[in-house]
Amino acid sequence: MKAKIKVMLKKSILDPQGKTVLHAIQDMNIGNFSDVRIGKYIEVSFNNSNLDSAKSEIDDICKKLLSNPVMEDYDFEIEEIN
Amino acid sequence: MNEPVVNLELAIEHGLSEEEYDKILKILNRTPTYTELGIFSVMWSEHCSYKNSLLQLKTLPKEGKQLLVEAGEENAGLIDIGDNLAVAFKIESHNHPSAVEPYQGAATGVGGIMRDIFTMGARPIAALNSLRFGELDNNRNKYLFDGVVKGIGDYGNCLGIPTVAGEVYFEDCYTDNCLVNAMTVGVANKDRIAKATVKTVGASIYAIGSATGRDGIHGATFASEELSEESEEKRSSVQVGDPFTEKLLLEATLELIKEDVLEGIQDMGAAGLTSSSAEMSAKSGLGIEFNLDKLHLREENMIPYEIMLSESQERMLAICKPGKESEFEIVCKKWDLDFALIGRVTDSKNLTINFKGKTVADIPSYYLSAGDGAPVYKREVKVPDYQNDLNSFDTNNIRSKESTEKEFLKVFSSTNIVSKQWVYHQYDYMVRTNTVIGPGSDAAVVRIKGTNKAISMKTDCNARYVYLDPRTGAKIAVAEAARNVVCSGAKPIAVTNCLNFGNPYKPDIYWQFSESIVGMGEACRVLQTPVTGGNVSFYNESDKWRVYPTPVIGMIGLIEDIKNVTPSGFQNIGDLVYLIGETKNELGGSEYLKVIYDKVAGMPPEIDLEIEKSTNETILNAIKSGYVVSAHDVSDGGLSIALAECCIINKSNPIGIEAKISSELKEHQVLFSESQSRFVISIKPNFKSDFESLCNSNNIIFQSIGETGGNELNINDLFNISLSKLIDVYYNTLPEIMNSK
Amino acid sequence: MKVAIIVFPGSNCDHDAYYSFKKILNVDTDFVWHKESNLDKYDLIVLPGGFSYGDYLRCGAISRFSPVMKSIVANAKKGKLVIGICNGFQILTESGLLPGALIKNENRQFVCKNVKLRVDNSETNFTNLCNLGDTITIPIAHGEGNYYCEDNVLEELKSNQQVVFRYVDDNGQTQNQSNPNGSKDNIAGIINKQGNVLGMMPHPERNAEKLIGNADGLKILNSILTSFGKN
Repeated sequence: MKAKIKVMLKKSILDPQGKTVLHAIQDMNIGNFSDVRIGKYIEVSFNNSNLDSAKSEIDDICKKLLSNPVMEDYDFEIEEIN
Repeated sequence: MNEPVVNLELAIEHGLSEEEYDKILKILNRTPTYTELGIFSVMWSEHCSYKNSLLQLKTLPKEGKQLLVEAGEENAGLIDIGDNLAVAFKIESHNHPSAVEPYQGAATGVGGIMRDIFTMGARPIAALNSLRFGELDNNRNKYLFDGVVKGIGDYGNCLGIPTVAGEVYFEDCYTDNCLVNAMTVGVANKDRIAKATVKTVGASIYAIGSATGRDGIHGATFASEELSEESEEKRSSVQVGDPFTEKLLLEATLELIKEDVLEGIQDMGAAGLTSSSAEMSAKSGLGIEFNLDKLHLREENMIPYEIMLSESQERMLAICKPGKESEFEIVCKKWDLDFALIGRVTDSKNLTINFKGKTVADIPSYYLSAGDGAPVYKREVKVPDYQNDLNSFDTNNIRSKESTEKEFLKVFSSTNIVSKQWVYHQYDYMVRTNTVIGPGSDAAVVRIKGTNKAISMKTDCNARYVYLDPRTGAKIAVAEAARNVVCSGAKPIAVTNCLNFGNPYKPDIYWQFSESIVGMGEACRVLQTPVTGGNVSFYNESDKWRVYPTPVIGMIGLIEDIKNVTPSGFQNIGDLVYLIGETKNELGGSEYLKVIYDKVAGMPPEIDLEIEKSTNETILNAIKSGYVVSAHDVSDGGLSIALAECCIINKSNPIGIEAKISSELKEHQVLFSESQSRFVISIKPNFKSDFESLCNSNNIIFQSIGETGGNELNINDLFNISLSKLIDVYYNTLPEIMNSK
Repeated sequence: MKVAIIVFPGSNCDHDAYYSFKKILNVDTDFVWHKESNLDKYDLIVLPGGFSYGDYLRCGAISRFSPVMKSIVANAKKGKLVIGICNGFQILTESGLLPGALIKNENRQFVCKNVKLRVDNSETNFTNLCNLGDTITIPIAHGEGNYYCEDNVLEELKSNQQVVFRYVDDNGQTQNQSNPNGSKDNIAGIINKQGNVLGMMPHPERNAEKLIGNADGLKILNSILTSFGKN
């Protein structure tokens, strides 16, 4: 299986990168942009035939390693690959 | 969000005592609003009011003819160094945030202390730190250590301030409470120093920098039934550092001060808008009135309570000189900084907060200010129950367990002894091209361009000594910092301190604290290094671990003539090597006792401050006379470790020695005793008699122990170890530990 | 001769570069704010080190859209000398004035230390006082200095003598151990085909005085002066 994981800073937390990139985009005079948030995208391949236990495994690594729950949220989808 | 009803219960949840709540009712002559309760709770917290430490801190010496401001009067100490220049410096802790999120905790710690310095109009010239973690055999400790180092590096590197010196120790007692103390040194033009004051009624008050969010508003102060899960998620105590905005803020602040458009300026640190405004208002005897609707916010639906308590980083509060508003705004715009005109100076002596057409807080500032109307307590003291047992351990019974060579290599490879190159190679220690002596020596030396001067600096504290005897330990912390600075060729001139202790409400912790202050005061008086300010961090303990009392000293020294800068390590072959000072049988609290016997016990080494002072003066005199090639202090691990370091500190050009030390003591005592007021110095052979008569005329104990040369370290023929072996142990131990999984 | 030190928000080696040219080499030198659009009066353009725009997103990615960059590109095309140091090198690759990219150091750590460089092209405007194969000591201080390019680009760089500096050991050899950041072929600095735009990760301006090093950086800075007939 393959999990596609997104880790983002919590909404309430300052995202200095996003803020600076937003300013740069606004200086380019293209369209009308009001917010940029920058996060991490992570792909993990693993073996598990049971979707439920796969979900709980991925949830576990997200919580313990891939994100710091005090400042980040995560989200993932799982794909079966052959 | 609806505001909860204010009553005693809510006040207690905010960390105030019943007595303190009564005092608030009397001051206001009414029930405080929710915003007011929040303001009192943060301003009367330990962090802002120093309520449990102020009486002790007042006993420290603050006088000195070079001092331009008194301790506590401004953000940091300010020392006159001549040439119309002043040095601003301060150390501060960020222990608790770093334990939760090491990278951001350490980064924002660096950011905070930088603002304390540049808000005075001083351009930061160097950063230092003092770090303590649990032992590295534990993955959590490795993670904290790694994250803290990266956080310090990334913030300081991005800002472009060299991180030039520091110390790192590993000891079990710091397992749950790592210590992260950051120090900044800056240089200001003496006639361009900014103050945290307000002067003119009607003057405009601006907030500059990052937008205000709900950062760092503590969970405990939020407790109320009105809170939903949604607000739970908004409540975050972790703050993210934005070094790029800090860099803009630094340049803009210095430009505003140079353009002379400011009446006063203060950074927003702990308790953000509240603390910065209340302190300025109280000190100046004028009022400050805010209209919070004008402030730029990062989040929606923030209430005044949250806005006033927010600890969002990278913000300053600036009071503009009347009529200079447009110049002010031009500078902020040039640096792409957000700013908002949020208030005015008033003649009321109150801090007044308006929001959506209502006055939500109106408090006489005097009662918010530390040492003025804010509470001050003297706590109960009691010698810890374990102290007697701890001190009665007799180190005379300690014998060598193995060969001296094996024991030496064990002590030399201790993580507390080995090179911290793995750390400082992650710090840009060269940017600004002033670093004459960088990390890895006794003290760092940074030259001041445009003058012949340089500043020497060092952080220091052997917390084991303080644990064993707080008074003596604190004296040694000051003395050792001074000695380090002297080694680099500088005269020690002033001190900043960061006092890391456990819970002050426990009488045995408070005993450690008050004893430490007494020792520190005595040492600073004798060594004539006044305490210019600092920071207190209590509550560094968990159910399982209590940190050793750790009063870290940040020492500043002045080198009048840059040609007197002196390295620690041997430089040439054939120089004469001397041991200065007396070696006694002092293994209590030593690295030897810890590494070989796994014990921290006994009494720490004695310290005679008068001898320390005269030795320091003699060494400095010898340096200024041109006799000295290198100077290194003898500290952790003792003489054998100091000699090994002298051989290999200069990694690319190591130089050995065959040392003969005469002593009545046993071998392991000679090698590992940590007796104070000692140096290893090398001198040019032609100055032999000059140097010796200088020592004799000052009654300094010294012995010639050999001359530099060869590719080995040999001490009294007890062992003969190749320099390549020493280099391997010294420089590769820490990377091997950190790179192994 | 007149030197422009470009200052982006977040540049932090601008003062070091200024000090080297103005105070040590006595050359007419100006700071030039990134909003400036005309650089015609300058003979040498220096893009200094630092963290322009915090190095957020990618190093140099935002700076390349600064107003001053148009003029830098135009002047570079006309053959004016441009040197990018550290962050300046990153900006030069982002803006396409030099090929390749600087990515995260192989060990993912920021690294600050002195390194040895071998001069692999001594015929440039920036190295004319060096001999081919000379080893010089210059400091590095970066988190993203790992030079990367496609293999065919590397072949082209090599065949045109565009690799000016490589990281080497004490014996002047390119070893894995002497590669501080994982750069392809130990590359520390490259020049464009025309020979007027140089990018390098190491900081020559940080070793231009005996007080803080051995002054090897002067060999590069003085070479530039020599190509203007000064020195």
